[in-house]
Amino acid sequence: MTLTREQIAKRIAKELRDGYYVNLGIGIPTLVANYVPAGMNVVLQSENGLLGMGEFPVDDKVDADLINAGKQTVTAIPGAAFFSSADSFAMIRGGHVDLTVLGAFEVDQEGNIASWMIPGKLIKGMGGAMDLVAGARNIVVAMQHANKQGESKMLKKCALPLTGVRCIKKVVTDLAVLEIKDGAFHLLERAPGVSVEEIKRLTEGKLIVSGDVPEMDVN
Amino acid sequence: MSGFNKIVKNYEEAIAGLKSGMTVMVGGFGLCGIPEGLIKKVSESDLTGFTCISNNAGVDNFGLGLWLNKRQIKTMIASYVGENALFEKLFISGEMKVILTPQGTLAEKIRAGGAGIPGFFTATGYGTPVAEGKEVREFNGRKYILEESLTADFSFVKAWKADAMGNLIYRKTAMNFNPMIATAGKITVAEVEEIVPVGELNPEHIHTPGIFVQRVIKGNFEKRIEQRTVKK
Repeated sequence: MTLTREQIAKRIAKELRDGYYVNLGIGIPTLVANYVPAGMNVVLQSENGLLGMGEFPVDDKVDADLINAGKQTVTAIPGAAFFSSADSFAMIRGGHVDLTVLGAFEVDQEGNIASWMIPGKLIKGMGGAMDLVAGARNIVVAMQHANKQGESKMLKKCALPLTGVRCIKKVVTDLAVLEIKDGAFHLLERAPGVSVEEIKRLTEGKLIVSGDVPEMDVN
Repeated sequence: MSGFNKIVKNYEEAIAGLKSGMTVMVGGFGLCGIPEGLIKKVSESDLTGFTCISNNAGVDNFGLGLWLNKRQIKTMIASYVGENALFEKLFISGEMKVILTPQGTLAEKIRAGGAGIPGFFTATGYGTPVAEGKEVREFNGRKYILEESLTADFSFVKAWKADAMGNLIYRKTAMNFNPMIATAGKITVAEVEEIVPVGELNPEHIHTPGIFVQRVIKGNFEKRIEQRTVKK
């Protein structure tokens, strides 16, 4: 069984540690906030200028001056701070954020990532993604392992314009948890019921499998 | 106080001296913290050919989308333009030149410009299309690219509170790019929700000291929300 978006988020939530400052990108990464383990405190950074992002507001507390990086209305937790975009990216570029979770179109066995542009098709801009991948010490990419046509997104070499070079070390997909090191994908875990063969088939880049590969815990 | 009363009475005075072809910075992230009235006033003028520096370009028919409608922007420097169909059209057709710049690099280019620093090295964008044509330098085994700073003829910012001396306080995430943009304009105009008497703002709480601000105007804000998201 391939994982749902929620299950990918659940698995990534297991990378969280008490006391972490975390930046979550748009899409599946945003869902990670719903699965912070009980008793654990993490503080969410939103790169438009908020440290201590809370949940969505109730209807009569919506404030146009309080949004997240996805331009959604949000709330601020007690102890939150607001700051300029320059300070925000000092946090990001300066390596002060403990964990960054973001999406991607492609990653490759060298740790390169492409996530911001499909020439001729989609030109929206990179926003903060290039700063995030350049600055974060610890990045997890959340994405689909392959597209609907069965073409791998775990490549030998990214074909799309890059967001960053040699910066990705961990990827969680609907099929597997992969570590990228020494020019290869290393299979750490597989989705429940998904075979190593299937993951091999859908991984274009070099895949290293050592010993028995455990199933992911997505409960 | 004579030389230090920066309050202007109307939008004509606020944008006086703005000319076609100038470089204009505009504060805001999406539609949050944008100087709505100043943008609208410029859109009603015949001025054109701007180099516009702003994180986003508004949405169709609001914010900087109004300048796009009138083709007033020749070159746009921004990090993300995804919410705007007309923008993509003008970009893809080549009618408008667009320099996509990583958000943190954009913030730092503006900060550096206002601080008198001509350029800086950053790892952001190394090895990507952003690095094309830029000097690469290695520090402690890591590669960085040279990014040049940005300044403007006019800076338009939005603040929450101001006084006649031009001191500004921003509200929540409506701060975003506004503090850096305020420092980087030859003429910085602040459109604010409230003007309070001099001495009323706590000096310890001022985000932008008045030295960076030449004009202050009391605005009226619609504060449109792009993604109204509520708890179920």
